[in-house]
Amino acid sequence: MTTARRGNPAGDTVLLGVAGLAGLLLIIELMPRLGLVDERFLPPASRIMAALAEEAASGAFWTALSDTLVAWALGLAIAVAAGVLAGLVIGSVPALRALTASTVEFLRPIPSVALIPLAVLLYGTDLGSTLLLVCYAAFWQVLVQVLYGVADVDPVAFETARSFRFSAWARIRHVLWPTALPYVFTGVRLAASVALVLAITAELVIGSPGLGKEIAVAQASEAVPTMYALIVVTGVLGVLINLLARTGERRLLAWHQSVRGEVSA
Amino acid sequence: MNVLKKVVLALALPAVLFGAWWVLSAGSESYYSPPLSKILAAFRTTWTPTQLEAEVLPSLLRLFAGFALAALIGVGAGVAIGLNRRLRAVMEPVLEFFRAIPPPVLVPVIMLFAGIGDTMKVIVIVFGCIWPILLNTVEGVRAVDSVVLDTARSYGVNGTARITRVVLPSASPQIAAGLRQALSIAIILMVISEMFAASNGLGFTIVQFQRSFAIPEMWSGIILLGLLGFVLSLLFRLAERRALRWYEGLRAAQRSS
Amino acid sequence: MLEVKGLRKVYQSGSREVEALRDLTFTVENGDLVCLVGPSGCGKTTLLRCLAGLLAPTAGDVRVDGKAVDGPPEGMAVVFQEYGRSLFPWMNVRDNVELPLKQKKVPKRRRQELIEQSLDAVGLTGSAAAYPWQLSGGMQQRVAIARAVAYEPRTLLMDEPFAAVDAQTRADLEDLVRELWKRLGVTILFVTHDIDESVYLGQRVVMLSSSPTVVQDELLIDLPADRDQLTTRADPRFIALRTRVYEQIQAAKKNAER
Repeated sequence: MTTARRGNPAGDTVLLGVAGLAGLLLIIELMPRLGLVDERFLPPASRIMAALAEEAASGAFWTALSDTLVAWALGLAIAVAAGVLAGLVIGSVPALRALTASTVEFLRPIPSVALIPLAVLLYGTDLGSTLLLVCYAAFWQVLVQVLYGVADVDPVAFETARSFRFSAWARIRHVLWPTALPYVFTGVRLAASVALVLAITAELVIGSPGLGKEIAVAQASEAVPTMYALIVVTGVLGVLINLLARTGERRLLAWHQSVRGEVSA
Repeated sequence: MNVLKKVVLALALPAVLFGAWWVLSAGSESYYSPPLSKILAAFRTTWTPTQLEAEVLPSLLRLFAGFALAALIGVGAGVAIGLNRRLRAVMEPVLEFFRAIPPPVLVPVIMLFAGIGDTMKVIVIVFGCIWPILLNTVEGVRAVDSVVLDTARSYGVNGTARITRVVLPSASPQIAAGLRQALSIAIILMVISEMFAASNGLGFTIVQFQRSFAIPEMWSGIILLGLLGFVLSLLFRLAERRALRWYEGLRAAQRSS
Repeated sequence: MLEVKGLRKVYQSGSREVEALRDLTFTVENGDLVCLVGPSGCGKTTLLRCLAGLLAPTAGDVRVDGKAVDGPPEGMAVVFQEYGRSLFPWMNVRDNVELPLKQKKVPKRRRQELIEQSLDAVGLTGSAAAYPWQLSGGMQQRVAIARAVAYEPRTLLMDEPFAAVDAQTRADLEDLVRELWKRLGVTILFVTHDIDESVYLGQRVVMLSSSPTVVQDELLIDLPADRDQLTTRADPRFIALRTRVYEQIQAAKKNAER
């Protein structure tokens, strides 16, 4: 035990993490094989893997995957653009900020799934349904972070800019934006995760094309291993998006004196 | 005067938006966006006290059961994992993976095991919202100040007291952040699990309205759901502010120094 | 009595070894007030953590009242340098002082007495209900001292307790430590990097070398027991003693550079 502790801690952690994942696979393999759970409910890991391989060989899977990713990316892009714009405008005008605060606080906790019936009525099972939900949910993440960012602007820096008679545009460009930028990235990162969840949820519940719909189809046709395989894909997708967003954030903000901690609110 | 100004500011925009909706939709012939007056009328007739008791209460009970269970298990497991470096290294990737799975896809899985009854919905909520609680607890426990731990040790604060009086309070701001995330996931899962398979509940009722094209009633359901989300998050915030008053004070003191 | 014999501590990080303490031997008699002083970065905190039983030494041993230390010893209280982090911010002053007593299973009546007496002794009678972060730095360190005093220790370890407070507060707190020591008859080991402070407070000063640390020298402080900030610090004897300590510390630094 002491020898392991003295070894390279980073390498150790990776090894233990891999062991953890391997353990999970082993448990999922053994539980149904030993009859601890019904094989119809939880197929062994090897069967899930086989189903995954089968999926990977089919064109429908790749179409579904790209449908989901397109909905995710498009929705995220719209939400980020709208969130940043709205955040900067609202944040830089104190009167607007005071006026909108209560509305933001009211609209934000409204569960995005409340919009599902509305989306179905408006867009049926098209991409539009997915987009509506994705945009709605992701927008708040970005907006709130941008508002935090703008609020974080050092008043002294702002006064300095004013005393040098910077134009309003220059104030936004050189003072507001650099301060808010780390928060924007945090918002984008949070929104990226939420957007994926909502994209797949919409597909699952509404039946718009994508991985979520494939899961619903697999469930309806009782193709249980396929259903598990698809769920694994969504999980991996989530991990990848998270990883990508985190590294991207760190890379792009390497110049910034402090890669800030998240505002937890 | 100041309070009055605040109230006016807080209410101004909602009032304007509400008014705009009312006016713009007043003569609406559109099938999908009926006049607000009609929606409000539908609200009154749809959500009578008996109806609330029959449809909303079961939803809320499942929500609270699931949320409470998730909090209990999540904090418990989180403390254990947070205090043990090796356990943490083993579990972290697995937990990250589970957290990354969009919670609603758990509904079909759990339906396999637990059918479509209340148990299924509670399990769905627990499974879906346990991850942010667990991971935040792990983070919070891991971040407990080393001087705090040294102090506790040298004054003989061990065993249960160490966890309940030192580790948990110290991690509580982070745990609260996890609980807050979990609450909004729990509401989403409550609705979705009912949309999938249920004979009562708010999600079920709203989908029924949509399928039978009872549009004003559907809108009233959306509004009710929105109100519910708002009120629950407000209640959570109040509870959090009470429980973490020390933390707010500490942060304010640190900022001003 | 606190005995340190051949204490050595080597930190291991990966394949690198860092020797913090090389060979330390000294004794603190019962009821003595000994100051440990050394150049910055001389492993004072490592030493203190070993004495407090928070860190296992690589070699040598620490004994408190004849018993080898292998965990926080009974009857010892520690006042940490980082008062802001050592007091629990989620508890008010009273609860902070009371928690260790509860752990010691002191009956409730006695706890109340101890809390009142100790807060009284440090001049914080009215602040029991306040939270630590509502107090100034000096007052926070007073709370930490009250917590240690209420614990009724036979040995009190203080790790640069006044390094982070302003000069005037510091003088007050130094007098407070002298006064409590005389009144309670506890054994105090006071770690500091401030040479004047060590001479003003201590009955004896143990000087440490730079890291890897050994005992450089020991000095008996033959100043009168009643000390005050004005006359004592102006006393020629005080100045002579502080010069001695200063020379030794400078010598220790030079040795390290060579």
